Amino acid sequence: MGETIPLGHSLAGGALIGAGAAVLLLLDGQIAGVSGIFNRILHRTFGDQLWRIAFLAGLFLPALALGVGIIDWQAPPWQLAVAGVLVGFGTRLGSGCTSGHGVCGIANLSLRSLVATVTFIAIGILTVELTHWGSHA
Amino acid sequence: MTAAVAFVAGVLFGAGLLLSRMTNPANVIAFLDVNGAWRPALALTMVGAIAVALPAFTIVRARGASLLGRAVAAIDRTRIDWPLLVGSAVFGIGWGLSGICPGPGLVLLTSADPRAFVFIGSVAVGAYAAALVPSVKNRG
Repeated sequence: MGETIPLGHSLAGGALIGAGAAVLLLLDGQIAGVSGIFNRILHRTFGDQLWRIAFLAGLFLPALALGVGIIDWQAPPWQLAVAGVLVGFGTRLGSGCTSGHGVCGIANLSLRSLVATVTFIAIGILTVELTHWGSHA
Repeated sequence: MTAAVAFVAGVLFGAGLLLSRMTNPANVIAFLDVNGAWRPALALTMVGAIAVALPAFTIVRARGASLLGRAVAAIDRTRIDWPLLVGSAVFGIGWGLSGICPGPGLVLLTSADPRAFVFIGSVAVGAYAAALVPSVKNRG
């Protein structure tokens, strides 16, 4: 399962993500944590929303221009709904997701973000193993 | 200016998600499926992202401000508490059930597939629910 991704694409894609985070931090002094940006737009109580909306508009642009490519959905809609609630709840409670903790936090040498990242990757692995239980030959 | 910078940052970030193929949930599940047909590509993507972002964070942490002089508040880097651990674990369950985290989830909206809207709508519901937790409410 999954696409065969050239190593260079994986690395260069990561470098682009890191470059986005670096530009936002170096020039705007803001953290490119997608769950934080999304949550603060939802709650609308944080002022200075324009940069967040601009970041999300930029985030959409490459996919709008080039198409999002292959999407192999891994779950039926009800499971996506359950997963979405858990992702929204967990990232708000835990103050970050793959981008905020996994990229920005670790790049900031944050022990807190390292612990968060190890936790969500480990629990993610465990969840996949449990849902795939019995389907592995 | 700040919005224009954020837009450019978003474009770079979004291009990276596309190029690394993180927008395909199957690739994320394949990364997490260490006991099955494991594909470690996403680890390379994380390494690439951290390697490029690290110098920027080091500079800004030392200056306490952006290059344009905008003050950047110090971020707590050491406090390990229950909201962090429980929140990250709950996120991990949702990530493992779907293969989608918030960035790729938002980009998937551009496909206009109803499943993407189900997912992101549910993320919003979960985020609102988390705001009812006292430790989150007090955080603002």
